[in-house]
Amino acid sequence: MSKVLIVADHFDGQLLSSTSKAVNCGSQISEDLDVLVLEKGSEIASQAAAIDVVKNVLSISNEAFEQPIAAIMAPVVAEVADVYDYILLPSTTFGRDLAPRISAILDVNQVTDIMSVEEPRIFKRPIYAGNAIQTIKISDGQKILATVRTASFKELGNANNANVIDTEMPSVEIPSHTRYGGVQSEKTERPDLQVASTVISGGRGVGSAENFELLYELADKLGASVGASRAAVDAGFVPNDMQVGQTGKIIAPDLYFALGISGAIQHIAGIKDAGTIVAVNKDADAPIFEIADIGIVADLFEFIPELISKLD
Amino acid sequence: MEKILVCIKRVIDYNVKIRVKPDETGVVTEGVKMSINPFDEIALEEALRIKESGNASEVIIVSIGPDDSQQQLRTGLAMGADRAILIKHDEEIEPLTVAKALYEIVEQEQPGLIMMGKQAIDDDCSQTGQILAQLCSIPQATFVSQVSIEGDKATVVREIDQGLETLEVDLPAIITTDLRLNEPRYVKLPDIMKAKKKALDVIESSEMKTDFTSAIEVINVSPPPPRESGVMVEDVNELFAALKEKGLVS
Repeated sequence: MSKVLIVADHFDGQLLSSTSKAVNCGSQISEDLDVLVLEKGSEIASQAAAIDVVKNVLSISNEAFEQPIAAIMAPVVAEVADVYDYILLPSTTFGRDLAPRISAILDVNQVTDIMSVEEPRIFKRPIYAGNAIQTIKISDGQKILATVRTASFKELGNANNANVIDTEMPSVEIPSHTRYGGVQSEKTERPDLQVASTVISGGRGVGSAENFELLYELADKLGASVGASRAAVDAGFVPNDMQVGQTGKIIAPDLYFALGISGAIQHIAGIKDAGTIVAVNKDADAPIFEIADIGIVADLFEFIPELISKLD
Repeated sequence: MEKILVCIKRVIDYNVKIRVKPDETGVVTEGVKMSINPFDEIALEEALRIKESGNASEVIIVSIGPDDSQQQLRTGLAMGADRAILIKHDEEIEPLTVAKALYEIVEQEQPGLIMMGKQAIDDDCSQTGQILAQLCSIPQATFVSQVSIEGDKATVVREIDQGLETLEVDLPAIITTDLRLNEPRYVKLPDIMKAKKKALDVIESSEMKTDFTSAIEVINVSPPPPRESGVMVEDVNELFAALKEKGLVS
């Protein structure tokens, strides 16, 4: 049976759901699934051991992994990967940063953004911002290195108790040419954009950072997360980590509200897998209505308060 | 630093609506407007600004692709790049091959900084910069929206899923650029005339050490599954009813 290794993505002491989604993709290839955790301590390894279907968690604990620096992690993953047939990383900024360096060391081509496993060596992946789907085949005998499009796979359950194997740090050189200067992150009590079942996003039509408060109020009524289009981020209404789209986050909530978003193809690329898309825009010709399941031509500042009072 | 190397790719212009060929072998490129990959254009703009601020003396642009890629290189020269290199190759190749070929150019030119877009908007791979960084054994800073160069170091801000990350890297390094880094300049007519006189070297891929054989087989390219067509509602009450029917609100 093929051996599959998934590299865990974590931040600030928390294993990210993207890891579980990559494991889900791996489970469609083989049952022999291990997760590699590179961290400073040991708390992520125990979280990873809970993911259903995982067989072993390989835990390498080292000071060098305090921050996820690709140039430090890639040689370590490449060493561990030696006995595996598949190496999968989530297609998050962590995975996208790291995977190609592994590709260079192993000298194998990387597949970016697996959206489905057709056969163990045949995959579908989006190109042109999801406006076309490529089906590709990796020839036999080659190790497969890939990133997994997280919006295409569901998070697995957390009822497992996999073996945690403390693994020795391979003897690789640890470069000192990259120094970490911290992350500026907006703290929010709302659910994570990539996990939330309901997402409320605002675009240029929202008009200002102050007006986004109205979206936050609606989100809190629905237990939703709040996102934004590139235009809203560029205009400075909200920080970059809220951007949904081809170059931001690609999400698949059950319910998505596009408020004051015109619907550029780059934005649509980020929400194609949403269950139900509700679009609200005062411009009846906005392209967002072409892909929306439910559309309403309305003024946001009348619509949102009305919906909020309806939910009370 | 002496040189900055900027890697640019010829792609279908980002405003073009992509159409899949009926035989599903790829997307329609005949008669379609081609441009510099927008992320690469941002990388070039930043390189030019670094040169203009006195932190570099030469900006070299390199592309790998068919002969027509000379058009995009000429645009890059008109923006202000000093000279251009085209590695001529007609077939599509994977990022690993691209990076190996670029590595040969890096060895030749010994740039102090290498820049390119964080991804190409055609294959959306987002690999080449990182692979090249590993091949060169140098640091990388990906998805960058802010750059400052001080001596032999670069401080950058990266757009990551959790927010904005700051990194300091020793030069030489590779920086891959995100959309919010800058707004590329418009090319003026006199610059287009001037660009015609600048050097553009063409190297045949067969003259290089890199093996250009493709290793990934593309079985087909198909249009994405369509979403079911939606409905328009008149007011909040109708919307609420529609959501209730789908079990999305209680």
